[in-house]
Amino acid sequence: MTSLPVRVLWPVARVAGTVTLTFLGLLLVTFLIGRVVPIDPVLAAVGDRAPVEVYQRVKQELGLHLPLWQQFWIYLRKVLAGDFGRSVLTSNPVLADIRRVFPATLELATVATLIGVALGIPMGVVAAVARGRLADQAIRVVSLLGYSVPVFWLGLMGLLLFYGRLGWVAGPGRIDVAFDDLVTPVTGVIMLDSALAGEWEVFWNALSHVILPASILGYLSLAYVARMTRSFMLAELGQEYVTTARIKGLSERRVVWRHALGNVMVPLITVVALTYANLLEGSVLTETVFAWPGLGQYITSSLLSADMNAVLGGTIVVGTIFIGLNLLSDLLYRLVDPRAQ
Amino acid sequence: MKVVTWILAATVLVAGPALAATPKDTVVMAKAIDDIISLDPAESFEFSGSEAVGNIYERLITYDLKDVSKLRGELAESWSAGADGKTYTFKMRKGVKFHSGNPMTAQDAAYSLQRAVIMNKTPGFILTQFGFTKENAKEKIRATDDQTLVIETGEQVAPTFFYYCLTAVIGGIVDMKTVQAHEKDGDFGNEWLKTNSAGTGPFKLVSWKASESYTLERWDGYWGTKALPRRVVVRHVPEAATQRLLLEKGDIDYARNLSKDQIDAVRGNANIRLQQAHKGSIFYVSLNQKNPTLAKPEVREALKWLTDYASIEESLLRGLYVVHQAFLPKGFLGALDDKPYRFDLAKAKALLAKAGVPDGFSVTMDVRNTFPTNDIAQAIQANWAKAGVKVELIPGDGKQVITKYRARNHDIYIGSWGPDYQDPHTNAETFAMNTDNTDATKSKTLAWRNSWDIPDMTKQTQAAVKERDAKKREATYQAIQREHQRISPFIIMFQQIEVAAHTKDVDGFVMGPSFENDLYAGIKK
Repeated sequence: MTSLPVRVLWPVARVAGTVTLTFLGLLLVTFLIGRVVPIDPVLAAVGDRAPVEVYQRVKQELGLHLPLWQQFWIYLRKVLAGDFGRSVLTSNPVLADIRRVFPATLELATVATLIGVALGIPMGVVAAVARGRLADQAIRVVSLLGYSVPVFWLGLMGLLLFYGRLGWVAGPGRIDVAFDDLVTPVTGVIMLDSALAGEWEVFWNALSHVILPASILGYLSLAYVARMTRSFMLAELGQEYVTTARIKGLSERRVVWRHALGNVMVPLITVVALTYANLLEGSVLTETVFAWPGLGQYITSSLLSADMNAVLGGTIVVGTIFIGLNLLSDLLYRLVDPRAQ
Repeated sequence: MKVVTWILAATVLVAGPALAATPKDTVVMAKAIDDIISLDPAESFEFSGSEAVGNIYERLITYDLKDVSKLRGELAESWSAGADGKTYTFKMRKGVKFHSGNPMTAQDAAYSLQRAVIMNKTPGFILTQFGFTKENAKEKIRATDDQTLVIETGEQVAPTFFYYCLTAVIGGIVDMKTVQAHEKDGDFGNEWLKTNSAGTGPFKLVSWKASESYTLERWDGYWGTKALPRRVVVRHVPEAATQRLLLEKGDIDYARNLSKDQIDAVRGNANIRLQQAHKGSIFYVSLNQKNPTLAKPEVREALKWLTDYASIEESLLRGLYVVHQAFLPKGFLGALDDKPYRFDLAKAKALLAKAGVPDGFSVTMDVRNTFPTNDIAQAIQANWAKAGVKVELIPGDGKQVITKYRARNHDIYIGSWGPDYQDPHTNAETFAMNTDNTDATKSKTLAWRNSWDIPDMTKQTQAAVKERDAKKREATYQAIQREHQRISPFIIMFQQIEVAAHTKDVDGFVMGPSFENDLYAGIKK
């Protein structure tokens, strides 16, 4: 008896409701954590030496003399009006800060994920096919290393070798000083901006800067993607339809890469989306070693200074990314799921 | 191992063009600059911010970087103190232009100081302590004509005290017309000036991106000797190992935050030079007098004898700190070089026995979890354990430790203190004054934070800041410091030295006693 509008609108409303609740919960928890950590946010704003009058004035300005629920309510109302407040540390509007640091993270995370997927999936497939043989063992060692080696150590060693000794890649930072500010930022992603502007020299320099940190982050996601692909593939290769396909005389390559891999694409998309989302949060250690001014450094230093507007703003961004990528992978399922075609 | 080969192959492919050395007319520095919150001279109060502002703005007077006791005019050509001890007259320098091209006059100077007083940002007290308020600023600080600035302080103070305070960053003179043009909602252009410049100094600000970089450009209309580099780029590189690598590769000219190990390592590199300067920061341990054991005079003294200053410097701090045991650092009027304490276990044990704790006691120490604080804390823990004093280290983030310290909930605090301006009163006030030891006090000095109630020393310190005779003033501070060394709950251990490492192709970076005296103008490449 359900009418058409209800059938269409109900799922949409349900998704919207879930998203709103998730956000509210996320904000509330982050807000409370920010208030219970033993750091005085006023000190963060005025510094250690400020006289009592300045301290009191700023405390009032920040609204910290109000009860907690009231502080949260004020914050919520402002956020709904699109005002994320001002960061204490940078004294910029939080939104402007995030607009500045996020493209750096986006650039790094995207290149890293591309590397991770381009190498990780084939490795996983090869390992599954060669189960128990040398190739499988070798790939297992490589991916276990990716899990267990501390990323800052890997970063420093990578810098020392590829930048310091061999000089194959450019050093820390997003771009050489000589190329700084040459391209007017449109998206903030230097490689994209320089390509759009046709400044290829800048593009190559930016790529040369991003490739090492991205390879190191990519190695981590590679390790995860390869292991997941291997286990999905193993489950798939044991299925009857694979045997049927082989009996029908299909080539082994077609059976593995087309039929089996095609069927594990759906769970793999979730894995890749989650890996990507994780990288988009920013990676503090890698960003620190590579002097990469990204979201990870921003949120961490804000958190350490009790700069709650920035932390909450960052949390909303990260939350949006996760929810957005989840919705996106849901959509992608329909595209790649053979049954849906 | 396939992957490694793949990655290697991938990196070879994108290696692209050869690496560029830094441009000839541009000086590039790597430094931790995430402490900057504003580049408005009336607001900037952080080390890195002070350095940038010091290259962009000038003050009425400044001091000789080699001998701080010698004052000289910067934007003021001459100055005098009136017979009443409250009125000061400054004659402004002619022919000075702001970065906008506007001529600099006494009106600009009056506006700049009034603005700093009325806005009263964090460093505002450096000026307001002379009795200026929001209400009286325009009357007490005034330009009588284009060349003459008259300032009246609230009460009589030592003239040197007032002069040295004017040399601070907050005394920077801004371009009134330009700043007023950018005023929003009566903010005195503060919002705009955070990220823009309107000064007279040898450099103007091109851009500041928080926790990323700032860029200065030579101001060709500068009235004095023009700067040599056309551009100075200071990049935020938080990791010291990364700074060293960048320097060794020649991708930067200066590395500013090398740690001890890295300084030792680059010492042997023929392409790298080191330069250093004494800085005002004092490293100390303080004993909260709310703790009854720490409140015993013998215990305070015993702990001073239990600390092995020389070997801590040698093993942890070489190139970063030197032993110094008085609250006025080298480079200040009245600085004291006496070092009465060294590690002496027998003496310490005797004192502990006299205090009634012959076998030592247990106590906690709040430690900021960064180099070198945690390293020094561990060394002290080992030193003190020799006499049975068991220290439990409580590690924490900087802001967290400070919050606890300011609430007087600690047993022992370890950390550094940097002077606010180049006058002895700044440290004397905090280390040797406590006007009201109750929780409701307005003046939360370091003495107060350690609950050290000292009515007599407070009076002495208050008198010193009014002493009009510079020689007598100097002698008073030395007397206070000797007494302070003997009885205070502060174990003052080290004075900071700042080390910059640079390639052999550049030179001429000047490092003065204060961070705003780190000057780029003379850097040759």
